[in-house]
Amino acid sequence: MTADASLQDPPALPPQFRPEGPLVHRNAAISEPAWVQRILITLALLFLLGFLLLPLISVFAEALRNGWVTYKDALVEPDAIAAIKLTLLVAALAVPLNLVFGVAAAWAITKFEFRGKSVLISLIDLPFSVSPVVAGVIYIMIFGRHGWAGPWLDENDIKIVFAVPGIVLATVFVTFPFVARELIPLMHEQGTDNEQAALTLGASGWKTFWHVTLPSIKWALLYGVLLCSARAMGEFGAVSVVSGHIRGQTNTMPLHVEILYNEYQFAGAFAVASILALFALVTLALKSYLEWRHGDELAATRRH
Amino acid sequence: MNIQIRGIHKVFANFPALDGVNLDIESGELIALLGPSGSGKTTLLRTIAGLEFPDEGAILFGGEDIANRPVRERGVGFVFQHYALFKHMTVAENIAFGLDVRKDRPSKEAIRKRVNELLELVQLSGLDKRYPTQLSGGQRQRVALARALAIEPKVLLLDEPFGALDAKVRKDLRRWLRELHDKTGYTTIFVTHDQEEALELADRVVVMNRGRIEQVGNNQQVYEQPATPFVFDFLGSVNILPGEVKNRELRFDGSDDVWDSESQETGLVDIYVRPHDLQIVDSQAPGLDATVTLVQRAGALIRISATLATSGERIELELSHLDTLARSRQPGDAIRVAPITFGLFPRAPHRRPTTLPDVVPNAPAENRERAR
Repeated sequence: MTADASLQDPPALPPQFRPEGPLVHRNAAISEPAWVQRILITLALLFLLGFLLLPLISVFAEALRNGWVTYKDALVEPDAIAAIKLTLLVAALAVPLNLVFGVAAAWAITKFEFRGKSVLISLIDLPFSVSPVVAGVIYIMIFGRHGWAGPWLDENDIKIVFAVPGIVLATVFVTFPFVARELIPLMHEQGTDNEQAALTLGASGWKTFWHVTLPSIKWALLYGVLLCSARAMGEFGAVSVVSGHIRGQTNTMPLHVEILYNEYQFAGAFAVASILALFALVTLALKSYLEWRHGDELAATRRH
Repeated sequence: MNIQIRGIHKVFANFPALDGVNLDIESGELIALLGPSGSGKTTLLRTIAGLEFPDEGAILFGGEDIANRPVRERGVGFVFQHYALFKHMTVAENIAFGLDVRKDRPSKEAIRKRVNELLELVQLSGLDKRYPTQLSGGQRQRVALARALAIEPKVLLLDEPFGALDAKVRKDLRRWLRELHDKTGYTTIFVTHDQEEALELADRVVVMNRGRIEQVGNNQQVYEQPATPFVFDFLGSVNILPGEVKNRELRFDGSDDVWDSESQETGLVDIYVRPHDLQIVDSQAPGLDATVTLVQRAGALIRISATLATSGERIELELSHLDTLARSRQPGDAIRVAPITFGLFPRAPHRRPTTLPDVVPNAPAENRERAR
């Protein structure tokens, strides 16, 4: 049976597609002279340097301008610590919520056919298209003292607006699309064959989800969660409207930075800003690591 | 497990995918569902599996109606067209999946033993640690088959099992699948659009068109005694010529010669003749005069295209290279052609093929729309 062609191993990839392929591919379609290419590349690099890298560096430079001691003092100040804690708390609540919502939404949209699916897809994108400030105002309208649910909330002594629940709600709203949008293209491409195969083999819907669907989307899911948490920590507009800016209580890091800045406390403002930037950089590094490690699986997903 | 299908109807958005399908399948049979895209063959297979539910009708497994049972309670082994292997699991884990998710899960040792048996059966021993992406198409096909067999299914269902493979692998796998079926004896139903595949592999062929079954029979029956014009046309090529039957005598339009007809038909008919059922005869014998337009030699076959003198209709002949009357024919030669056997059907308003126009019988499956 050795002659059986179906039993032979698949042919090896040609050299240019192997992981250790060349760094730069010569592209025959590029016919511009070398000096044009170099000028364009230089311009692009200068732009990146001026608009992205320099501001980032200046944040850290400003923060450390008066030395480590001032920097440390600005960070151990109680209001700053409260802001950092609140930001992390909000992210820790909003991200898991959106993880569950996002997976459920992507699962429903990609694995089932139902009426109103396109409406649901547009709804998921709504937080991207609506200004965060508008989102904040909506929550004031619903839960504020003069809002629809305000009197009832007052009677039952529940505080939502100008308190942590309101900040979490606003953050959940703004960051809702990240997980779902990351998963939908991938799950759409994967189709339903695998799930159907699991069902024919006797698996229940729940087992199919845990053993078949989830493992096939885990990296895209993690990627979505990273983007979601980066945004959750940095959200300003919606949170600014619902927080009430109570120092030490409802100030998140972005709000705290703004207050300090407006009060001409530049050292403190930049110190907190540098921590925020550091969180973003860690997220970015994690994301790059995942992309490098699992590029194939992520290739099917759309980039933002 | 014998299967009875009774009056299945299924409509997709105003399109009748299955329109009153009845079929009896004996235990241990190897059945092909054959038809062009849109004929409902895949829908029928998925309905038997429980991946689609019929609007009407009953499906009986061993006498028990399971038409409304969910797929996971039916105990069917389903091999998907693109295999649907779980990419994050090894070959062994894929095959073990159906046993792992069982409520009464066998012991680890029992599962491993079963997986090894199946790997041996599909001739993939030693590849158990590989991932699906590290396998060739034919190997993936075998893993999918082993995974489906692991649950000891009541019936094995295969959707276009060779559709995604190249020609050489396809031939090998076809022969191998037949051997496997004879060895294991599972009742097996497979879907194909390839008539050669269906005729070569199956015990019986179910020819489908537009959601209905046109004919059920063994390969000889469907090829030699096609029940409908569609079957005649879909299984192999055919010449369709106008004629008339009177008093059990058939006359081709424009010819005075008569042939005996066993058919009950009277009046205007279409005469269906396969190219190899036409022969060249002496100029005195009963037949139709024609002019040769093209001669092609393909191995032991001589293919002659000719135009009928009476109607200008184009006909195709396939003759043996040993045929003395056929040899050394040139375009422009006058010949006399007579049918050996033929099929008669009442004349249709449009006499041209009933096959959907976009279907090329041997085109790769990827180029076609799936019949869902």
